Amino acid sequence: MKINIDQVANLARLNLTEEEKKLYGEQLSNILDHAEELQKLNTDKVAPTSHAIPMKNVFREDKAIPCKNTKDIMANAPEEQDHMFKVPRIIEE
Amino acid sequence: MSKYETVIGLEIHAQLATESKMFCSCSTKFGAEPNTNVCEICTGQPGVLPKINKKAIELAIKTGLALNCKIEPMSVFARKNYFYPDLPKAYQISQYELPIITGGHLEIEIPNEGENSNSRLRKKINITRIHLEEDAGKLVHKGAERIMGSEESLVDYNRGGTPLMEIVTEPDIRSPLEAKIFMEDLAHLLQYIGVCDAKMEEGSLRCDANISIRPVGQKELGTKTELKNMNSFRFVQMGLEAEVARHTEMKASGEKIIQETRYFDTKTHDTKSMRSKEEAHDYRYFPEPDLVTIEPDHKWIEEIRATLTELPEKKRERYINEYGLPNPIAEVLIATKSISDYFEECLKIENKPKEIANWMLVNVMAYLKNKNLDIKDIVFSPRELIELIKLIEKGTISGTAAKEVLIKALETGKNIKDIVSESGATQISDEGALQQIVKEVIKNNPKQVLQFKSGKDPVIMYLVGQVMKESKGRAKPDLVQALLRKELS
Repeated sequence: MKINIDQVANLARLNLTEEEKKLYGEQLSNILDHAEELQKLNTDKVAPTSHAIPMKNVFREDKAIPCKNTKDIMANAPEEQDHMFKVPRIIEE
Repeated sequence: MSKYETVIGLEIHAQLATESKMFCSCSTKFGAEPNTNVCEICTGQPGVLPKINKKAIELAIKTGLALNCKIEPMSVFARKNYFYPDLPKAYQISQYELPIITGGHLEIEIPNEGENSNSRLRKKINITRIHLEEDAGKLVHKGAERIMGSEESLVDYNRGGTPLMEIVTEPDIRSPLEAKIFMEDLAHLLQYIGVCDAKMEEGSLRCDANISIRPVGQKELGTKTELKNMNSFRFVQMGLEAEVARHTEMKASGEKIIQETRYFDTKTHDTKSMRSKEEAHDYRYFPEPDLVTIEPDHKWIEEIRATLTELPEKKRERYINEYGLPNPIAEVLIATKSISDYFEECLKIENKPKEIANWMLVNVMAYLKNKNLDIKDIVFSPRELIELIKLIEKGTISGTAAKEVLIKALETGKNIKDIVSESGATQISDEGALQQIVKEVIKNNPKQVLQFKSGKDPVIMYLVGQVMKESKGRAKPDLVQALLRKELS
């Protein structure tokens, strides 16, 4: 199955070289081919699975616990102002 | 020009009243210092795993029960993938194909447009689905009021990961006013059952609308636009009215309506295109691999249902059982939320349900109906009504005089005490003053006096009535009767 590698790269915000496009394009196509193979199976009587592990209702109680690493998280900001992450303007006109 | 009909469907985002976030233990408290309620999970650090807040699930189920919905036996979280600075993971954990709640409805009351404009119509607005997701961070745009002109933005991730419930309605709404009423009633219900504080101005309740118009009678929907940024109940109505006007004008001049997202400009009172980059959204939803399914069992759902103590229906039962009110009275009180709120405000001050209900129904509501007013529109407060009831009980004024005092209070907005002291409506409880009137009444009604003396006891009530009339309602009936009996014995 042919994959539109340009579209995939664009959606993932990746800038790929021609060489990479060829390499990843082929790899992704192979994965899709395999999926296509699986789709030949008759699954009419099989409920769709969303998870590989047969588990359900895993919850935590609603309790607020302060995080100790907020400073480290802030350290990831490329630029900081007023304790906020500074980003370039979002919408191009 | 043909007549057009407006078709509106709403998408409502409600922040759930939890202490911690949807998938991590950060506080959801509003107004904290920027980026202090953040952690590895809600900022999307590598290798972290989300964990579902049980309370958020319970609040969503509670909402579903209150809106007559189906609680799905199995629901799944999904990743919605897109890039935006307020979304650190570059995907939002939401629900897609299998939401937690489906179906349901909310009944609202809308003004009847027929000849009798005072009456109201009940209308069912159907709910398509309710799903759970996480909120995004908050962008502060520098150098401009809105996103458009700003050079750079600042991001505060405190809000990121706050539990959100998205409620989607069917396109059942037919006017901007209906949309506003629906939002108000929904907000009331959400507050009522304690799942959301529902303050549109603060953003804990948000509303987007899909809107289109079509010729009356036509089945197919017209081209819709999506309207955002209506952050108050009034703006919901105003924004939609502006958008309806725009659609109508465009149809009239033969212009084509483009499907797009617009926002309501609260300064100019019109709608403007968002002009976002229109690359077709491709969210590539897929089941969230880090979370397992939610499968609420019957027992859990029933436990949640048991916490829904205050739905209107239950309220009616409580009014009957706890306050001993007859069903028709309870029904009138619960029918309008502002009325039941008022009733309960009164009860908080003084626990006299029967007296309060009686005065509200017979006098206050009759006045409101007559003047076509809502109880919210009048100055007369619950405290004043209680004051009135107390004055009657103390014998300061009679029931008859109280009615006049009440009307005066409703009309002028003056307080009860002032009206009573100004008008001299104070009850005559002084025996000497009454004695005079009693004697006169006996003198002027010889026939009835004779009947009474010959054993027709009920005739005493006629004589009491005469004394009441003479005293202009300022006498205390039981005292009058006692005096009459004493005089006639």
